[in-house]
Amino acid sequence: MAAYKRLFALPAWAHSLTWHHWLTASPFPLRCLFPTHTMDETRDSINDIWGPRTGYTGQWPVRVDAQTTETPDRWVQSACVLCSNGCGLDIGVKDGRIVGVRGRAVDRTNHGRLGPKGLNGWVANHSPDRLTTPQIRRNGKLEDATWDEAMELIVRKSKQIIKEHTSSAIGFYTSGQLFLEEYYALAIVGKAGLGTPHMDGNTRLCTATAAAALKVSFGSDGQPGSYTDLDTTEAVLLVGHNMASQQTVLWARILDRLAGPNPPKLVVIDPRLTYTAEKATVHLAPRVGTNVPVLNGLLHLLIEAGHLDPAYIEAHTVGFEELKKIVAKWTPERVEHLSGVPAATLREAAAILGTCKTLVSTALQGVYQSMQATASAVQLNNLHLLRGLIGKPGAGIYQMNGQPTSQNTRECGADGDLPAFRNWGNAAHIQELADLWNVHPDQIPHWSPPTHAMQIWRYCEAGSIKMLWISGTNPLVSMPDLNRVRQIMEKEDLFIIAQDAFPTETTKYADVVLPAAIWGEKTGCFTNVDRTVHISHRAILPPGEARSDFDIFVDYSRRMDFRDQDGAPLLTSTWQTTEDAFEAWKKCTKGRPCDYTGMSYAKLSEGSGIQWPCNEAHPNGTEHLYTDGVFPTQLDYCEDYGYDLETGAGRTQDDYKLIDPKGKAFLKGIDYEPPHEEPDESYPLWLTTGRLVYHFHTRTKTGRSKALQDAAPDSYVQLAPEDAARYGIADGDMVEVTSRRGRVLEPARVGGIEPGLVFIPFHYGYWDKADRPRAANELTLTEWDPISKQPHFKYAAVRLRKVNA
Amino acid sequence: MHLGNYLGLLESSEKQLCDAFEHVSTKHRDEPDIEQMCAKLSAWSREHHGKVLPFVEKYSKDKSDEPQDLRRELFSEKRSGSLALLRDLHDLWLLAQEVQLCWTVIQQAALGLRDDDLKAAYAYCYPRTKRQADWLLGRIKQSAPQTLLVAA
Repeated sequence: MAAYKRLFALPAWAHSLTWHHWLTASPFPLRCLFPTHTMDETRDSINDIWGPRTGYTGQWPVRVDAQTTETPDRWVQSACVLCSNGCGLDIGVKDGRIVGVRGRAVDRTNHGRLGPKGLNGWVANHSPDRLTTPQIRRNGKLEDATWDEAMELIVRKSKQIIKEHTSSAIGFYTSGQLFLEEYYALAIVGKAGLGTPHMDGNTRLCTATAAAALKVSFGSDGQPGSYTDLDTTEAVLLVGHNMASQQTVLWARILDRLAGPNPPKLVVIDPRLTYTAEKATVHLAPRVGTNVPVLNGLLHLLIEAGHLDPAYIEAHTVGFEELKKIVAKWTPERVEHLSGVPAATLREAAAILGTCKTLVSTALQGVYQSMQATASAVQLNNLHLLRGLIGKPGAGIYQMNGQPTSQNTRECGADGDLPAFRNWGNAAHIQELADLWNVHPDQIPHWSPPTHAMQIWRYCEAGSIKMLWISGTNPLVSMPDLNRVRQIMEKEDLFIIAQDAFPTETTKYADVVLPAAIWGEKTGCFTNVDRTVHISHRAILPPGEARSDFDIFVDYSRRMDFRDQDGAPLLTSTWQTTEDAFEAWKKCTKGRPCDYTGMSYAKLSEGSGIQWPCNEAHPNGTEHLYTDGVFPTQLDYCEDYGYDLETGAGRTQDDYKLIDPKGKAFLKGIDYEPPHEEPDESYPLWLTTGRLVYHFHTRTKTGRSKALQDAAPDSYVQLAPEDAARYGIADGDMVEVTSRRGRVLEPARVGGIEPGLVFIPFHYGYWDKADRPRAANELTLTEWDPISKQPHFKYAAVRLRKVNA
Repeated sequence: MHLGNYLGLLESSEKQLCDAFEHVSTKHRDEPDIEQMCAKLSAWSREHHGKVLPFVEKYSKDKSDEPQDLRRELFSEKRSGSLALLRDLHDLWLLAQEVQLCWTVIQQAALGLRDDDLKAAYAYCYPRTKRQADWLLGRIKQSAPQTLLVAA
């Protein structure tokens, strides 16, 4: 240590205890990780997260946020990948290195603005610990190898497994971080090349419920709203969505409305007093697991008060009477009894939601990762349908995504969906894919829904999946119940491929590690939650031998020698560039809700991102879906046939024929069901997990940005003053938090949370600090929503104990 | 009149289905969705069973002794390995069919008798039994290929 200090003059922050531990756990000199340089920035976004206010009406004013360390030689068009908002930005390049970013003034998403992660996260590209060489496990140790050796090993292993066990013994677990072209390549490799049903992404952990809720209500995935709705809306409902921390630029848009002459009213449903909740007109803080009672209570008050659009309900929906019957039981008093939300507060919220002339509603993990996830998310759709507030300016629903490209994981079929929102239960849709790829329809697995991630891991655990290919994700921090996941990854008979840009907790367990090129080092497109498609151009070369995920999947396709039904190389094997894949993708989307046929790389490179559907009829994209009140629920068009909200049982095509609403939307309700694990004598407190403004996911990038890492260097447990007093815990004390699955040690942060509930951010694992158990997912449960199959990260029963530091 | 007999058959079938869901829930704890959904559906059957009991009482004088125990041949204790789950779900589905058919038969009698209470019990329990069977069938279809083709 002393030698390092003398040689490289470590900055002051590196001397803290935290960083001392970090250094001892790090295999590389710290100096290289955070090179010193002069910073030129439009604001200190760490301390000024959202930037200065610009009250407005009409168009949201432009403000170009930028940060550079040197003057760039050139700017390269891209968009941000460090949250799900999808801000347009340019990458500044000098001498083949990224030297900064600036927001794109012309982009419809952000009007030039960038958040702290976007402004500070790019430095991770040049982190010296990037993976630059393929690695193969030999005699228990990962050793450097050539691409030929690594890929040939994967091919040999694949062929051997297929021969002995069929391709159903091979699974893929991808990400919400790759680009559209890469997902489509992966989807074809898996579904047409190998023919395995086992493909999903970590999107199962973040965004699966958004997709499920849209399918349940509207017949297909596809976000109805547009970010421009925030420019005019009279009210915003945020449920389990801390937008101020998660999509800081979208939140800045709301803050600017609040600073303007006609501020919208905000209704926030969140058990914590988040930055978002602090700005609420009405804040409802329900007990963990009581989203359904609160939302049912709100719908009941709307119906009771007659705050409905009866003509819209009649013309464009089915199921009103049934929904009315279900929510009628949820009087404000009953809601208060169960959720702790005072009846008067619920009435206040209902008055806003029932009388506003326009409304934007959003949901995120507080809904998606909670009990009755899909059923709760559907209640937001119901609210808008009941009031006829959909498909027009100012009236939008964002079933928010968790990641920048998770919409594409879903669209392209790299997860438990089929490409372009096709229906696995519809033979005609399978035939369309078979025609696009020129394979026999039976080559495409469609005998049951594509396997969801939690089941893929279960098959790995049970031994029937023998090869798992992980790309762009770090399950050993992000999956629930990490002890279990570690045990699975340690299994001798599971061959693991990890494709990543950085060494992670996960790559340590891999049999083959493939170094991946990332954002800025490759070209591709991705789509955000208001359907805006951005292109991200290659600005620099990847480090060392790193290759894009696209090149890796195409290489695998060629080496496996996948063939179509005429004996010609499979479509993926013929692609030379990502643009070839994009053109193929356009064909795949023709006539589907996510129609990209009117786009091209050239058009996407002109100015702003473009909202799908974009086709002959809508050459400049489409701001709102469902403007005519016609939804994609028709039998031959819908993405799926719906579910039983309580059991998750899928409806068959024959069942659907009897209820085909022919373009009307579904109103579907559900009664309350308590969480599967509740506090008791042994584990008396609720745990909930979540995100921080300065980090993304498992910090593989944000943890390698000095500014972001300094802003939030370590995990913690947040608890109420009442609970702190009860356990004799003071701010900063080290606390042991134990659940039935595991234990962690976290410094305490007192305040800002309801008594009986504790919070731990989920970002922190062990790659940079392994001196104590600290990953929140050591504690969480292995269980999931019956429809979306999204795990329940938002509750677990835990106990606390102060430990001597 | 043999209605009492059939109600006895229904009562016993509901009881068996309730117990069987619970049995499978406990036995297959390693499958998180199975554990939780079977526990929930066992509770459904317990509720249905409770609704049948008053009618068994009401029509008991019509009952003759006809022991019914489908479960004897189902749920072999010897099953293990990955096939066990599929076979257990298979047997649950058979039991659910038995319950559904009993309800169908009894509904015919309820209509003939103009017994509004029995008709109401049918209207509540029959669709829910079908939903239990639908879930089982979906889960069976999901696990069948993996179990039959790949699993050890």
